[in-house]
Amino acid sequence: MSGPNWPAGSGPVLDISDLSIVYRTEAADVRAVSNVSLTLSAGEVVGLVGESGSGKSTLAYGACRLLRSPALITGGAVRYRGRRAAEPTDILRLGADELRQLRWREIAIVFQSAMNALNPVLNVRDQILDAVSAHLRMSKTDALEKTSTLLDLVGIPRSRLRSYPHELSGGMRQRIMIAMALAADPEIVIMDEPTTALDVVVQRDILAQIVELKERLGFSILFITHDLSLLLEMADRIAVMYAGRLLEVGTAAEIKREAAHPYTRGLLKSFPSLHGPRRDLAGIPGSPPDLRAATAGCPFLPRCQFGTQACEQIDMTLAAVGRGSDPPTPPARVASSADLAHLTACPFVLPDTPEPDGASPAGVKTAVAEFAEPAGREVSSA
Amino acid sequence: MTDTLTDRGSPAMEAISLTKNFRLGPGQLIHAVRDVSFGLYSGAVVALVGESGSGKSTVAKLLAGQERPTSGAIRLGDQPVDLSSRKAFRQHKSNVQMVFQDPFASLNPVHTVRYHLSRPVRLHQGKRSAADISAEVNALLGQVRLTPAEQFAGKYPHELSGGQRQRVSFARALAAQPTVLLADEPVSMLDVSIRLEMLSLLDDLRKRLRLALLYITHDIASARYFADEVLVMYGGQIVERGPAEELTQQPAHPYTQLLVASAPDPDNLGSTLRTGAVRAGRPVGSADVASQGCPFSPRCPLADDRCRAENPPLQPVDPVLASTAVPASTTRSAACWHLPEAAAMREAAARAAMQ
Repeated sequence: MSGPNWPAGSGPVLDISDLSIVYRTEAADVRAVSNVSLTLSAGEVVGLVGESGSGKSTLAYGACRLLRSPALITGGAVRYRGRRAAEPTDILRLGADELRQLRWREIAIVFQSAMNALNPVLNVRDQILDAVSAHLRMSKTDALEKTSTLLDLVGIPRSRLRSYPHELSGGMRQRIMIAMALAADPEIVIMDEPTTALDVVVQRDILAQIVELKERLGFSILFITHDLSLLLEMADRIAVMYAGRLLEVGTAAEIKREAAHPYTRGLLKSFPSLHGPRRDLAGIPGSPPDLRAATAGCPFLPRCQFGTQACEQIDMTLAAVGRGSDPPTPPARVASSADLAHLTACPFVLPDTPEPDGASPAGVKTAVAEFAEPAGREVSSA
Repeated sequence: MTDTLTDRGSPAMEAISLTKNFRLGPGQLIHAVRDVSFGLYSGAVVALVGESGSGKSTVAKLLAGQERPTSGAIRLGDQPVDLSSRKAFRQHKSNVQMVFQDPFASLNPVHTVRYHLSRPVRLHQGKRSAADISAEVNALLGQVRLTPAEQFAGKYPHELSGGQRQRVSFARALAAQPTVLLADEPVSMLDVSIRLEMLSLLDDLRKRLRLALLYITHDIASARYFADEVLVMYGGQIVERGPAEELTQQPAHPYTQLLVASAPDPDNLGSTLRTGAVRAGRPVGSADVASQGCPFSPRCPLADDRCRAENPPLQPVDPVLASTAVPASTTRSAACWHLPEAAAMREAAARAAMQ
């Protein structure tokens, strides 16, 4: 099983189970991540989508033990099993030396905002050399050669080795971040909003490059973003996170066509589409809850159109989505977190449950309905 | 939609052949804005779309009086804009207000919401008594749906969410009772689920207050839904303009086509992104904007010697070439020497996508 040619999809390389992380403050614990289970298989692209403050970055950084106090992992396990590891290791139990072995070589991260993640006083060559010599044991000549091949990998001419970050465009800086992450041929690359600050044209170039490199080098990607439309195009599976919990997990097709959770449905209707006919848009009124207060039941309830009294009581475990004309009873619980079924945290709403009429929790819906009309018709007398 | 654009009266604000050069060093100029002309109309939204560095924010700064144009003129109503004296500048500011992209940076962290709003109320509305100012601040907060107003007025920026902060920015702009609102990427820092609410709030405000709104964005999809007219900028010039729906559905200029094709398409589940089959042909790091000829020529698949030598003017997009699905209007124009070929390229790409 641990041979170099481990076929893609033969088991999770990363298995996060029941992970909980809090930020400890004097007043109260901020529950940033609550009982999250998520798997990443070899060669897979898993998208983690959520609003800012939903805990998606905390989850990913926590899984690599990159969080510092006041962050505290309060429970769960993160098992890693790569091609080079004979036995699965629990990342949460590793010592400092073992962690150092794991990071970059097994799990690498492309950090958010390439503008700030590079050292402004180091040129590209020294920047990459730093990472290479810190994590790989090789001679200076080999390290220099490695640096050049990494630039080739992401399509940046070698003439740029002496450039400083401020001399590069945002897209090139992001490419250098990606090159550095790939320096040690990692098994997993965590990408935290890698294209958020970039223009759409550059964004698409870089995403195409990421996917192409993934196919060629065979790593897995955990892709963190707030842009669901992007994930629908490039992720194999999508996990929707809200207020520190996973609300829905499914393949891109399942999320797009059979979204079950009301929050996912709301997200799908939140972005204007450029292609195809104009459709009615409705944002999600309200704002995310305060994670300092321990709340029972569904955290999305205050913003949910489907909300009932029963929602105040449910435990937020993921369960397989019921299908067709199944009665709206809680579907059977799945035992294994490795199960790749379409999962939802809402036991009441099925993919085919119709939207309730006029049950919008705030007065936003009417304004949005007007907005969906071609705007500006009534101003012709101006 | 077409009739809105043709008989919308005289513009509330007009940019006439605006040009702005920035000096980099001896003999080195950046042509940030080149010969840009357009009008903003009361109660209507014009979207300015382009990538970073295309000059769209510079256009907004020129209109707001933050930068002085190298050449060209700005008219407000039927008067040329005069910024020569402090008084005239303040007068201009009270007519033309700006909203910025980053609600985390555009509010002063050591002041309350009340302070942010009462200052413009005093300066631009000339209110003096504390009771008047307080009533006006509360009314402004109500307009941007930050209620209960009394509770929000006492808060500091760090106590507010990103969406709430941006609402305060809107309220601050409205405090000057402007006729023109320049919104520079007003929602791109906000979460997707909140963006729509903010755009619908802006939409509501411009209808109720009959604001002439310039919406600057790099997200052409939101321009489709939100704007009446779209202007696409590249390398400091307008390369295509037209009614929002027409322009986004039938992009004429090769750059607009690239922009539309690059926008994430959630319906495209079998995307080329998933297989990694496509790689953009453009070498990384090549000059993106030509200093001579058509600015898009280094990236354009249709570029020939003429494109590299002569800069094409804006010309009407031939209605014969547009498909019958979307009615063409006379206001549609694009700056390209190869519009028929570009139309053929678009049709070919559409056919390829269908298969």
